[in-house]
Amino acid sequence: MQQTAQTNDAAQAAAAHAAQAAADGAGKFDPLHQFQIQPLVPIRIGEWDFSFTNSSLWMVIAVAVISFIFLFGQNRIVPGRLQSIRELAYEFVANVTRDILHDEGRPFFPFLFTLFVFILAANLLGMIPYSFTFTSHIIVTFALALTVFVLATVVGFVKNGVRYLKLFVPSGVPVYMLPVLVPIEVISYFTRPISLSVRLFANMMAGHTMLKVFASFVVGLGVIGGWAPLAMMVALTGLEFLVAFLQAYVFMVLSVIYLSDALHPEH
Amino acid sequence: MEVEAAKMIGAGLAAIALGGAGIGIGHIFGNYLSGALRNPAAADAQFKNLLLGFALAEATGLFALVVSFIILFG
Repeated sequence: MQQTAQTNDAAQAAAAHAAQAAADGAGKFDPLHQFQIQPLVPIRIGEWDFSFTNSSLWMVIAVAVISFIFLFGQNRIVPGRLQSIRELAYEFVANVTRDILHDEGRPFFPFLFTLFVFILAANLLGMIPYSFTFTSHIIVTFALALTVFVLATVVGFVKNGVRYLKLFVPSGVPVYMLPVLVPIEVISYFTRPISLSVRLFANMMAGHTMLKVFASFVVGLGVIGGWAPLAMMVALTGLEFLVAFLQAYVFMVLSVIYLSDALHPEH
Repeated sequence: MEVEAAKMIGAGLAAIALGGAGIGIGHIFGNYLSGALRNPAAADAQFKNLLLGFALAEATGLFALVVSFIILFG
């Protein structure tokens, strides 16, 4: 008897909870809810907020996954699964670096490899349901892009000195065109970190929002009509995996191209 | 006009720019395909450039999408 009462109480509580959730959900369907940053361990130092958030948590998880794949396990002559992943990733980045930067790219390889693997891990971990995609926040991607931009600029000035400014003066152009072209080149140089970061962030955010919107169609149309958007969801999820890889690749390739500009400003 | 209605219209107008990205991506894949059919031996070497061009073209459309989201939810 007591048990039934307890079950009833539990059922009522669950029903109340569901009703509350439905009321919250019915108010406004918000596909951007998944991008909210919640502090898990609030840390405040003076005016500054250093809280350990869900974003930080997934960054730690990304680094942990990468470390697990790359640091553990023996290397054999016949590679196993994990070693194949390691070798594929290494060869992939090494080929791109070698093709564009040749031997000069060797000092930058560790940086480019870290960048690629970190972004790839972030994008792929974000595909797990209920996980958090930290590359869908512009501040994260902007920090990464700014690092690349500062590195390319410093390398350019260290290797070429003042001649690096030749980057802004396209060769083989009539002199009277230069007043128009030089400002365009300067602007396009300084928008590099913005376009690099917005590309990654917008792709991840738009993709995840789109998945959420299509998921709401599945729920909205119910058991009878929901199958068509469900099939669409499967296709879109596949596309998102492609985009997750592609954006990591593009970020890395563009970093390589910027570095190649820095090493050889006369194009 | 109400602010909410104006927001919706503005977001819709901003999303029109995605059509341009669609045209660009279509051009890239179409031209890659026609080039690859003419010279299949050279196709594999250009696949990386295809992906790069696809991502660059898609990004311009996504900038517009972000503007649209900012208008809607910002």
